[in-house]
Parts: sequence; C-alpha cells; structure tokens
Amino acid sequence: MEDTVKYILELKNVSVSYSPGKQAVDNVSAGIQPHTVTAIMGPSGCGKSTLLRAVNRLHELYRDIRTTGEILLKGESVFRMNPMQVRRLAGMVFQRPNPFPTMSVYGNVLAGYKLNNISLSQAEKDGIVERSLRSVNLWDEVKDSLNKKGTFLSGGQQQRLCIARTLALKPELLLMDEPTSALDPISTARIEELILELKKQVTILIVTHNMSQAARISDQSMFMYLGELVEFGPTKQMFTKPRDKRTEDYLTGAFG
Amino acid sequence: MKDRIFRATLFLAAGLIVLLTAGIVYGLVSQSMDALTHFGPLHFITSPAWDSRSDDYGALSFIAGTLLTAVLALAFCIPFSFSASLFNGEYFRGRKIATVVGSIVDLLAGVPSIVFGLWGFYTLRPLLAGAGGQGFGILLASIVLAIMIIPYASSLSAEFIAMTPSELKEGAYSLGATRMEVVRYVSLPVAGSGILASYMLAFGRALGETMAVTMLIGNTNNLPHGLTDTGNTMASIIANQFGEAGGLKLSSLMAIGLLLFLLTATINFLSKYILKCVTLSKS
Repeated sequence: MEDTVKYILELKNVSVSYSPGKQAVDNVSAGIQPHTVTAIMGPSGCGKSTLLRAVNRLHELYRDIRTTGEILLKGESVFRMNPMQVRRLAGMVFQRPNPFPTMSVYGNVLAGYKLNNISLSQAEKDGIVERSLRSVNLWDEVKDSLNKKGTFLSGGQQQRLCIARTLALKPELLLMDEPTSALDPISTARIEELILELKKQVTILIVTHNMSQAARISDQSMFMYLGELVEFGPTKQMFTKPRDKRTEDYLTGAFG
Repeated sequence: MKDRIFRATLFLAAGLIVLLTAGIVYGLVSQSMDALTHFGPLHFITSPAWDSRSDDYGALSFIAGTLLTAVLALAFCIPFSFSASLFNGEYFRGRKIATVVGSIVDLLAGVPSIVFGLWGFYTLRPLLAGAGGQGFGILLASIVLAIMIIPYASSLSAEFIAMTPSELKEGAYSLGATRMEVVRYVSLPVAGSGILASYMLAFGRALGETMAVTMLIGNTNNLPHGLTDTGNTMASIIANQFGEAGGLKLSSLMAIGLLLFLLTATINFLSKYILKCVTLSKS
C-alpha cells in the first residue's frame, strides 16, 4: 500500500492497441512522484502520445482502441473511476491550442465548469478566472479583453488559456501532449517557464520530441521506442549516462 | 484557336443563362404592372380580397397561407431533422447505420411532390378528417410539407455537426464533459450558423412548394384563421387559377409570382451567404 501512495501516477503493464495484434504501446510500467515534471521522449510514432492519452482514458472515445494493464491515479485504478472524474483529475493540454471558438476568454477558463454543469456564483466565477489566468501569467495581458473570443489571442496566449482552462478545475495531474510544437520560440520559452512554476501545484507529464526541452524542464524522462519504454530515470542521468544503446543513439541524433 | 472558340462558347452559354434569368424577371415585372399600378403595391400586399366579380384582388390571404404553412412545416420538421442530424453527424457518424439512415432521409428528397400529395390526400387526410371536416387545410399541408423538407434540413446540418474539429471535442472531453455536454456546449454552437443556414434552405423550399400543397390545402381564397382552416398559398393559388385567368386577375397572379420569387430568392441568398461565411471560416 505504501508503495502505491508514494506515486501519484502508476502505470503497470500498460498496453494500447489500435487494431488487434498491433501494439502502439507495449507493456509499459512506471511510477511518477508528485510535484515532478516527467518528459516522455521518442521519435514520431513511438507511442508517447498514445501512452499519455491512455492515462485520462481518452482512447475510449474511439472504437477499436484497446487499453490493457493497470493505471493508478493516487492509488486508485482509473478504470474503476468514472471517466469524467479521471479527466478532471488529470487535465490535458493538446498539441495545438484548442480554445472553444464560440466562447470568450472568460468563458473558456470556466468551460470545465460549464461542461460539467456546475453552477457558480458570479464572485466564484470571477475568482476562478482571475486565479487561473494569473497562474499561467496571462491575466495582465487579457484582463481588459475577457469578453473577446479566445480565438483572437496569439497562439502562445491561446495555449496558456488552454492551460488555465485545465487548471481551473484544480487537477492533480497535467498531461501535456507536445504543448509547444505549434508555437514560436518566445511563446515556447514562456510555456516552459510556466511548467517549472506549475510544478508546485500539479504533477506534469509532458510528451515532447524536443530533447533540449526535456533536458530544460524535466526531473525525469522516459524514452520510448516502437511502443516500448526503453529507459526511465532521472533526466540528468539519462542525458549523461544512458543505460540503453537505443537511448544513446536517439540522444546523440543517430535517429529521430 | 480551338481554345478561343471554347472560351467564346462558354461565355455565350453563361451569358444566355444571365439573359434568361433577366428575361423571367422582366416578364414577371412587366406583366404584374397592371395589377400593381391599379391596386397600388402596398394595398395589393395588404388586401385579403380575391373577388372575380368585382375584379378586386389582393395577395394577403396567400402570403399568410404561405408563411403559415412554411413556418408550421419548419416547426414540425425540427424534432425529426434535428435528431436525424445528431444521429448521423455525431452519435453514429461513420457507422453503417448512419449511412443507411442518411440514404433513407435523402431518399425523401427524391420523392416527387405529387407522390407526397397523393399520400397526404388518401392516407393522412382521412386521419385528420376523423376530427371533423374533410381534413383539408393548413395543418394537413404543413405536415406533408414538414416531411418533404426533413432531408434538406437534416443532411446539411449533419455535415456541419460532423465537421466540428475533433481537437475541440477532445478538449471538452478532457475537461470531464459527457457526450451530451460536448454536443450541447461545443458541437452545436460551433456548427450553429451552418445549422441555421440549412434550416433556412429548408424554409425556402417550403415557401415555394406547389404540387403537394395545392392538393392538400383546400384551395379557398380567404385569410386562414386557424390550423384547420382551408386556404391557399402563393404557389397554390397560381397553380389553381392560371389557366382560367385573364386581364387584371392574370396580372395579379403574375404579381403574386413576382412576390414569391423575391421571397424565396431572398431566403436562398441569405442562407447561401451564411453557408459561404461558415465554410470560409472553417478552411
């Protein structure tokens, strides 16, 4: 029991297949400690996003995708929890910023509450919006245009808005699927700073195929290759003394 | 050289179409002038009279009949077309059952108007007649019209609902939304203008529908006051009386034709315009 509580997220023999017999994620096991940033690296198609999306049970939206194994969130199996509950506890940020185009900046931050039919007083709403936007350092930039559509913001601002939208629900875990791959270098730097700040509030699992990003922001790293978790350990150690030949080849640019 | 001849032919053909349309409009305008100048355009539109003996004609009864049947048809069709578009565009999108349902709905669009009229006359009318009267009237015409416009409203709406980007839907799901909440707060608002445009197209179609309505509405030239009243629409009065009309009456029918043309053209133009804006912003 003590073993499971130490980890906020524990993956046990997790496999995901898109069609019978074809494993996109193959038997992955790992434990993630709270208030850490874990980078999932690997070449395109190695299953890193697929693994991330298994955690909040997003695969269940599609037929034919099968997830097996066990995923424990705070010691409890996500498969025995209500999927809506899992997704609120484990918020997700996507590759391309996806603010809801029919909602204002204000509405986007509160979208999680609206979508879950949770009613709030005006004061509660204002508080959540300001707190969430401040926590992604967006408040000062948008406080005068809260009623504008979220899609009018720049790409980097939109992505921070999406992070704020997720944080508004007070998740324990933040799943980020290449959140900076559609952004310019300056916006990327701001998101990276933000990730380091957010570590105090949440545990972060971030998929990236930018190795230097992983080195800059993560405490520990996973290296995946062909669906397999090749190596998992402290980022520093992996970058200086990789245990596996494939990790070394990837990190030195032999492929990827 | 060949290329130039081809281009010239294309220009000629295109020009002919424009001329033809202009010709129709000119014909309608010129032939309705008698009635419009004799009664005055405003009086013509607001007068419920249609009397051959005193040669006094107005379009109000038919404008009312047209709008009443079309609006009712739209209201009756919404529950069916809306559920069909959700069925095909979201819940069973890409599944075999959606293709089957979609094709059957589209099949409705291909059924000739006269067949709907016949079915309404011999199958639906006796059912309504059970409540008293012969069953003809606004209600009967609206019900059959509603069935006729279901495919127009649902097919296009389904496409717009299906076009909701999956990244937005995933974003909503990842915030803990259920499917119904995703549909309500994300898919429908995003597809909103497209859905509006498809219902306007359906409405435009209901305004101009002639054959089935003429068979079912009862063909009386009075202002309808209730659902079970008989009446006429702009299209059905023309269909009924064009053969036997002359002089001022014929000119009045022409004027009604012109009004109907302007009305449907406006609705069609508006819906096409909305569709254009929606598709532009999507790409």
